[in-house]
Amino acid sequence: MKLKTILMGAAAAFALAPAAHAERGSDGELKILYYQAVSTLNAYLSSGTKDVEVGSLVLEPLAGFDQNGQLFPRLAAEIPTLENGGVAADLTSITWKLKDGLLWSDGTPVTSADVKFTWEYCTHPEGGCAQSAKYEGIKSIDTPDDQTVVVNFEGPKPYPYQPFTGGTAPILQKAQFEACLGAAAASCTEPNSKPIGTGPFMVTDFKVNDVVTLAANPNYRDPEKPAFATVTVKGGGDALAAASAVMETGEFDYAWNTQINPEQQAQMAAGGKGQFVNAFGTLVERIEINMTDPSADLPEGERSTVKHPHPIFSDARVRQALSMAIDRNVLVEVGYGGAGRPTCNLVPAPAEYASDNTGCLTQDIEGAKKLLADAGWTDTDGDGIVDKDGKKLSIVYQTTVNPVRQDFQALVKGWWNEIGIEVELKSIDPGVFFGGDAGSPDTFQKFYADVEMYANNFDGTDPEPYMSQYLCNKIPGPDNQWQGENVNRFCDPAYDAMVKELSGTAEPAKRAELVKKLNDMLTKDSNVVIPLVDRGRFSAQSNTIDRFIMNSWDTELWNAQDWVRVK
Amino acid sequence: MLTFTLRRLLTAIPTLLLISLVIFLLVDFAPGSPMSDIPLTVPPEVRQKMMAALGADQPVMVRYLLWLKQFFIVEPQYALDAAFGTNFADGAQRIISWQSKVPVFQLIGERLPQTLTVVGTAYLIGILVALPIGIYSAYRQYSWFDQAGTFFAMAGFSVPTFFTGNVLILIFAIKLGWFPTIYDTNLSVMDWDSFVKMIKQMALPVTVLALFNAAEISRYTRSSVLENLNQDYVRTARAKGMTERTVLLKHVMRNSLIPVVTVIALGMPTVFGGAIVTEQIFKINGIGAALIGAIHVSDLPTVQTITFIFAVLIVVFNLIADILYGILDPRIRYD
Amino acid sequence: MTDAPRLEKPRSQWRDVWVQFRQHRGAMAALFLFLLLAAFVVVGPMIWRIDPNFIDPDPVKMIRLRNRPPSWDHPLGTDQLGRDILARMMFGGRISLAVGTVAMLVAIFIGTTIGVLAGYFRRADGLLMRLTDMFLALPLLPLLLVMMMLFAEATAAVVGPRLGTFLLIVLAIGVTSWMHAARIVRGEVLALKEREFVLAARSIGTPARRIILRHILPNVLSPVLVAATLGIAAAIITESVLSFLGLGFPPDFPTWGRLLYDGIDVIRTYPERVIWPGLAISLTVLSVNYIGDGLRDALDPRIRGR
Repeated sequence: MKLKTILMGAAAAFALAPAAHAERGSDGELKILYYQAVSTLNAYLSSGTKDVEVGSLVLEPLAGFDQNGQLFPRLAAEIPTLENGGVAADLTSITWKLKDGLLWSDGTPVTSADVKFTWEYCTHPEGGCAQSAKYEGIKSIDTPDDQTVVVNFEGPKPYPYQPFTGGTAPILQKAQFEACLGAAAASCTEPNSKPIGTGPFMVTDFKVNDVVTLAANPNYRDPEKPAFATVTVKGGGDALAAASAVMETGEFDYAWNTQINPEQQAQMAAGGKGQFVNAFGTLVERIEINMTDPSADLPEGERSTVKHPHPIFSDARVRQALSMAIDRNVLVEVGYGGAGRPTCNLVPAPAEYASDNTGCLTQDIEGAKKLLADAGWTDTDGDGIVDKDGKKLSIVYQTTVNPVRQDFQALVKGWWNEIGIEVELKSIDPGVFFGGDAGSPDTFQKFYADVEMYANNFDGTDPEPYMSQYLCNKIPGPDNQWQGENVNRFCDPAYDAMVKELSGTAEPAKRAELVKKLNDMLTKDSNVVIPLVDRGRFSAQSNTIDRFIMNSWDTELWNAQDWVRVK
Repeated sequence: MLTFTLRRLLTAIPTLLLISLVIFLLVDFAPGSPMSDIPLTVPPEVRQKMMAALGADQPVMVRYLLWLKQFFIVEPQYALDAAFGTNFADGAQRIISWQSKVPVFQLIGERLPQTLTVVGTAYLIGILVALPIGIYSAYRQYSWFDQAGTFFAMAGFSVPTFFTGNVLILIFAIKLGWFPTIYDTNLSVMDWDSFVKMIKQMALPVTVLALFNAAEISRYTRSSVLENLNQDYVRTARAKGMTERTVLLKHVMRNSLIPVVTVIALGMPTVFGGAIVTEQIFKINGIGAALIGAIHVSDLPTVQTITFIFAVLIVVFNLIADILYGILDPRIRYD
Repeated sequence: MTDAPRLEKPRSQWRDVWVQFRQHRGAMAALFLFLLLAAFVVVGPMIWRIDPNFIDPDPVKMIRLRNRPPSWDHPLGTDQLGRDILARMMFGGRISLAVGTVAMLVAIFIGTTIGVLAGYFRRADGLLMRLTDMFLALPLLPLLLVMMMLFAEATAAVVGPRLGTFLLIVLAIGVTSWMHAARIVRGEVLALKEREFVLAARSIGTPARRIILRHILPNVLSPVLVAATLGIAAAIITESVLSFLGLGFPPDFPTWGRLLYDGIDVIRTYPERVIWPGLAISLTVLSVNYIGDGLRDALDPRIRGR
């Protein structure tokens, strides 16, 4: 009798408890839609955003980034800094301490050996690790005890938080992946699709490029989380269908990357079953200007190389005119709506790195015409196209096949026509454009066009590697099989010197100042890069899900352990 | 007959080898790289290393021979092992997808059920609808039924499936909300409810595909029956006072279905391949969707293997059609 | 009683065909429809003189002109960039029809040549039919893709980007869709070869070339015509699939296939943008198919007169 009363009381207490103290697994099934289906859960083998994100439900790094881009500890007990002694005073090492009592989902303890193994796994010369850039510059890793990891760098690292942070650098279980080092990495099907992790969920079934089924991890460090018992991550379809499945039909709770045109955003939002969530990071849609001559008359191997400066764009006034003629507000309104905002910066975020550069936001057709005239380009034969020394100002404008980009092309072509520039449009299959195949003429590195448009960003919150893409020695050309990130073929010794200064500076305020200067050199000073739109992450979330926080610095599923169902 | 079959089988082998070479080279020459899927934040040196790890930097002929060996020797061994618990394969290297790092045949195995259920059902329904329409249209040539049947068939292969498919989705899935817009591959038919769900998610794609298949087959049936109706034996049969029913169903049907059967056999490979567009529209994760997905990310081993399997199916069903023709039509003698 | 047996005026074969064709109500309706569509795309742009690619350079006006419903200024409305949809439909139709027709001619030419050679010359038969089988077993999508990619630059350099793409698409479709025509023609030729009139021609020593041109080709015309109609249909649809993959014409050069594809993105908001090009493609293909059907009946002497 007594026992029964106690039990009843306990049951009543549970029933009365607010949702915040939800029991693990009490909220049933969570249905997530990634329209680009998941191929593998091992971020080190794919690095496609979708794979990294879904993998992050299972595998975790030592520290992650929150919605403000601040590091917070995941497996680590705290973030090592200069102040707490975690980062060595000479900046050559960083010491991480693991949380106490961490367990893998199979019940075995997480140790520093797993962390060290992860480094060995990704840096193995035959492994083809997609994230090896995260582990660059590491000399050795020491594991003085089971809880401590000391990362020793080859030299001073002003930003020591690259390795083991963010969804792209999770910790693998040594016991599971030990046989998968090097060349064996790709054929380890079972571990790659069902990794054992520390995250809130663990994989129960994996259908390649289709569905991943997960269940709550019984050994997750917070006994009350996650609230959902199972997760289904479905793949396939397109952004439109994905948005509709959350916003209109309510078939799913969350859909990733629902980039659809603004009108449809409005229509779907009226469906009432969900809402769009966005967050702005560092992804910028931009027009890059070729500083070298892409003319087809040049012999192969000299086309678009530094041997031949661009006959038109070598004049900075022409480049500036191109930028001035564009109305970025219209571009956002036509293409992105809530998922974008106009920008003049290459580095639009984090806030401390963003330059206060807004001069380009107002369109100035007349000013652009005047600049062209000053540069000697006038319409002498009255055909609407400006010319100089008998040559017409005619350019090729390329981008990838993508409905928004084709609209942008058409609009920009209209504005450039207005200032007297003839534009030929070209759209290339993204698989080719971004494929980096040295044999193809249509890659963005080869740049056999005068201007090209695409989007790029940087990983994490540190822009240094991003800024060093525009160094003189990163220019792609036939001698390096067209592998190089400086697609504009921009080369300025002052810029190179400043990047070098950046790599030797640790003080955050000073770093931010340098990055802003570098950003301005590329954008408003020289107009070699014409930033158009700062593109945010844009996903759809059902109204029945609570505690979702959008994050543009780490994976969107970064706090899936906290999500609950609204009752 | 037997010698003919054997001879055709033997000639099929060099044909297939040639096709495999053509497909392999073709897909290999195609522009695009497996690295295109990877964010630009990954530096070029890392990309180079990833390519090397995939074996993508080997000369094309080396990769071709390896793939051939894996396709014809290693994979059947694994199939045997899986079926009988033997160990022929002994851990030999399988054909691995570049994108997902999973054996391609495992991927195909996961995708085949969806394709077979949806596209197979559609083909079956298409045939069942097409035969009566075709026969009756021919029998009542130029009647209103024939006109309507002709129009239906014409519309069936004139309207692109990506048009009908999207219009059907718009009306029935979005506006009316009768059917789901996303195909659930994990759904297994256990009871009445899940059966209804299955029917619901299959309804739209099956309709579109069945319409398309029925259009083609009904045209063949009609013209084949028409041809036979003008033959002397029909006149003789009628002159002997046989009922129209007997003439039509016994004599004409039997003869006119011979070419139709071969057409149906020839159409079988498209059951797997031709539904690519439909699978895309209705978000069915079938084999066609797998192929398109692999093409988009230049997952060469997957593209090569799936396209070659399509090619094998075409050759095999051509062979079956020829043999069927020989068996069914006593006038044809292969010697 | 009074009339001497009057000789009927000799009638040409094509006149007979026309008379028979006119009996086929469906085909006549289709012919009418097809002429109407052809007039719409050929004559239409001469009357409706709006540039299909015109975007108002003034951003304010452009925004106001976007996604307009039908009005007198724009009978079919405007698209997301304020371009006139009617003008785009007309312009797109020209390209689609031209691609379909020319690609079909290429395919039929190749197919008939191979079919006749294979059917007539026993020695060539095995080789040519293996070739046909091989082409039939090839995955055509990657093949088309490779051809477009490999040769796009080269043709564009010779004849300019637009004509270059046109020629390339037409050739690519032609080269990958001749196989059915070849098989049909071969079958017909195999049967014709054993017919008395061919045997007679051969027995009097007529050279093979003459037999083929005089006796065989005219008799395979009807199946070829039927194949041709199907060919136009297939070519128009293939072109739209290519536009799907971004391998068709440049984006500022609309075709029906491309318009439909662009429309699918906005099908929920503006279903008419899918319906118009979809209807245009469907009606064109439908009418061409009907015409082919009528022609076949009209050309087949066995059916004629029933």
